[in-house]
Amino acid sequence: MAQHFEFEKPILELEQKIAELQAFSRDKELDLTQEISKLQHKLVRQKKEIYGHLEPWQKVQIARHSERPNFYDYAPLLFEDFIELKGDRLFADDRAIVGGIASFRGIPVTVVAHVKGKDTKENIQRNFGMPHPEGYRKALRLMDQADKFNRPILTFIDTPGAACDLEAEERGQGEAIARCLQAMAGYQVPIISMVIGEGGSGGALALGVGNVVLMLENSFYSVIAPESCASILWKDPGKAKEAASSLKFTAQDLLALGVADEILREPLGGAHKNLTKTAEEIANGIAKYLEKLREQTPETLKQQRYEKLRAIGQFEERASQEATGPSEIDESFEITDSADTTGL
Amino acid sequence: MFKDIFRKPKYVTLPSTGSVQQQNPPAAPSNRKELPDGLWVKCSNCGEALYKKDLVENDQVCTSCNYHFRITAHERLELITDPGSFEEWDVELHSNDPLEFPGYGTKLKQAEEKSKQTESVLTGKATIEDSPVVLAINEGNFMMGSMGSVTGEKITRAIERAIELRLPVIIFSTSGGARMQEGILSLYQMAKTSAALARLSENHLLYISVLTDPTFGGVTASYASLGDIQIAEPGALIGFTGPRVIKQTMRQELPPGAQTAEFNQDHGLIDLVVERSQIRSVLGRLLRYHQEGADYGTTLRI
Repeated sequence: MAQHFEFEKPILELEQKIAELQAFSRDKELDLTQEISKLQHKLVRQKKEIYGHLEPWQKVQIARHSERPNFYDYAPLLFEDFIELKGDRLFADDRAIVGGIASFRGIPVTVVAHVKGKDTKENIQRNFGMPHPEGYRKALRLMDQADKFNRPILTFIDTPGAACDLEAEERGQGEAIARCLQAMAGYQVPIISMVIGEGGSGGALALGVGNVVLMLENSFYSVIAPESCASILWKDPGKAKEAASSLKFTAQDLLALGVADEILREPLGGAHKNLTKTAEEIANGIAKYLEKLREQTPETLKQQRYEKLRAIGQFEERASQEATGPSEIDESFEITDSADTTGL
Repeated sequence: MFKDIFRKPKYVTLPSTGSVQQQNPPAAPSNRKELPDGLWVKCSNCGEALYKKDLVENDQVCTSCNYHFRITAHERLELITDPGSFEEWDVELHSNDPLEFPGYGTKLKQAEEKSKQTESVLTGKATIEDSPVVLAINEGNFMMGSMGSVTGEKITRAIERAIELRLPVIIFSTSGGARMQEGILSLYQMAKTSAALARLSENHLLYISVLTDPTFGGVTASYASLGDIQIAEPGALIGFTGPRVIKQTMRQELPPGAQTAEFNQDHGLIDLVVERSQIRSVLGRLLRYHQEGADYGTTLRI
C-alpha cells in the first residue's frame, strides 16, 4: 500500500471525493463536470498550499518515503549506458554504495551513489543504505580512476548515515570516510554532488565534496538525524520535529548557508509522484553545471573546490570576553556525556 | 619451583596518616574524568586512591594501573613543547551561533568559563625538542572538543600557515565529533580540514595525528585519521560511532576492550600506542627524521 502522511490527508480526501463523483456520474450518466472541475481546481490549490509550504519535518518524511526513487530508478533515465563496477579490492563489495562508468549525453562520467533498498529484503542486502568502510573504499577506488582517466564524477547522496556497528569500527569507518574527503579535495576533474534523499552526516559527506552541490527540493542534509539530535539535547526522540527545524538542514537552508549551489525542483508532493519529471530536472541540473565545469582547467577545478569548502563556516573576530557571572544553567545536564558517545 | 621466588611479596597495607585521609575522602568518581579538587583522586579505571601530587608528577597517569587521565589542552602543551616556545594563533575567532540554535549561546558561554578557552581547539607554533612544528590541540572541556565553524577554521588556518612556513603539523585530537549546534556548517568543517591536509600532503610536509581519549565521529572521520603517522594514547577510546550508540541501535554488545587505542592498533588503524611520558621524545625523534634538508643516509658515515 502506498505510504501517506498525516499532512497529506486533506489532499487524499479531496482526491477520493473527486473519484467518487466521477464514478457516480458515470454510473448514473449524470453531467457533474462543473462540480468535478470545481473540486479539481480546489485540489490543485490545496496541493500547492500544502506541498508548497512543507515544514522541515514533513520534508524529512518525504525524503525518507518508501517509494522515493533511488539511484537505480534514475540511472536509466539519466544515462544512455551504465556499467556497474564492484568491490573495493580489499575486503568486499558493499551494496549500500554502488558505482561505475556511465554515458551522460555522450560524455563519459564516473558515478558513485548511495542506494537504499525498496523492500525489507533488499534493505537488508543494502544495509538500509548505510555503507561500511568497504563501500567508501570502493567509492574512492572508482573516483581515483575517474581522476586518472579525466572523467567527471557524479555522486548521488541518499543515506541515513554510515554503518554504525562493530564491524564498521574494526575496519576503520572513520578512516574510510576521511580518505574520501581528502581525495575528493585533490581531484582535477569536475565533481557534481547531488543530494537526492537523505543526507545523513559523515556517511553522506564522504560523497559530498563537489565543485557543485545540488539538492532535490525535498531532500535534507544534516550533521545528525533529527531523532538523535532530540534524544541527545532534550532526552526525547519525540522532539524530532523541533530538532528538524533547529538544525536548518533543508535544501533551502543549505542554499542560504552556502553549502548547496542550486535546488532541483520536485513535482508537487515529492519525487515519487513523477519519476520521469524528477529525472529530467536532475539531468538538466547536471548538464548545466557539467558544461561550465568542463571548460575549467584541472588546476582551476581543484582551486575552486578548495575555495568553496574554505568559505563554509561562520564566525566572528573579537577579543575574548571576561568571565561572566555564575551560570544559572542546570548543571545536571551534561552535553559532554552524550556528545562523548554519539559520534557525530 | 621458581614460582615462589618470583611471586610478588604481599605487604600489609597500612592506612597512611589516617587523619588526613578522613578529612579528605577520595573524590567522588567523576564522570567527566578530569582531575577533581582535593588531595586525593580516585582512579576512574582501577578505583585506586591516588595522591594528587604524585599523579600530577606522573603526567596524570595512574601509578597503579597506567590509566591516562584526560588532560587539558594547556597541560598537554606543557607536556610536549619546549618551555616558552609556544605562540598561539587565532584566539580572537569566536562562534556567532549561525543557526541561532536553541540554547547554544548559553552553552558557548559556559564552555568558555569551564575551559578558559575560546574554542575547542588551541592552535599555534612551537618547538618540540628544538624542532619547529605547527600544533593544534583539542580542548575536551570545551563542548567535548566538538568541531564547529571556528574549530575547523582554526585548524585549517594552522595547516595553511604550516604550508607557508614549510613546517610539519601535529594535531592532538579529543572530540565527540562534529558540533550539532552548527548543523551542516560543522559537518563541512570535516571536508575543509581534510582538504587543507590534502594540500599539506601535496607539499610533502609531515602530519602526525595523535588520538587521545575520546576521539569519535566527525573528527575520527576527518583530520584525526589522515596522519602520515597515527599515534594514540594507551587506553584512549577511538572510533566512528560511540559505544552507547552501537549498543542502542545495533543491539550489539561490544567485546571488552573494543574501540581502545590497542584495539585500533590491532585492526591496523594506528601506528603507535605511546605512553604519555614518552610522547615528547617520540614526537621529537619523528620530527627530526622529517626535517627539511634532513640527511636521508646519502652521506653514510662508518
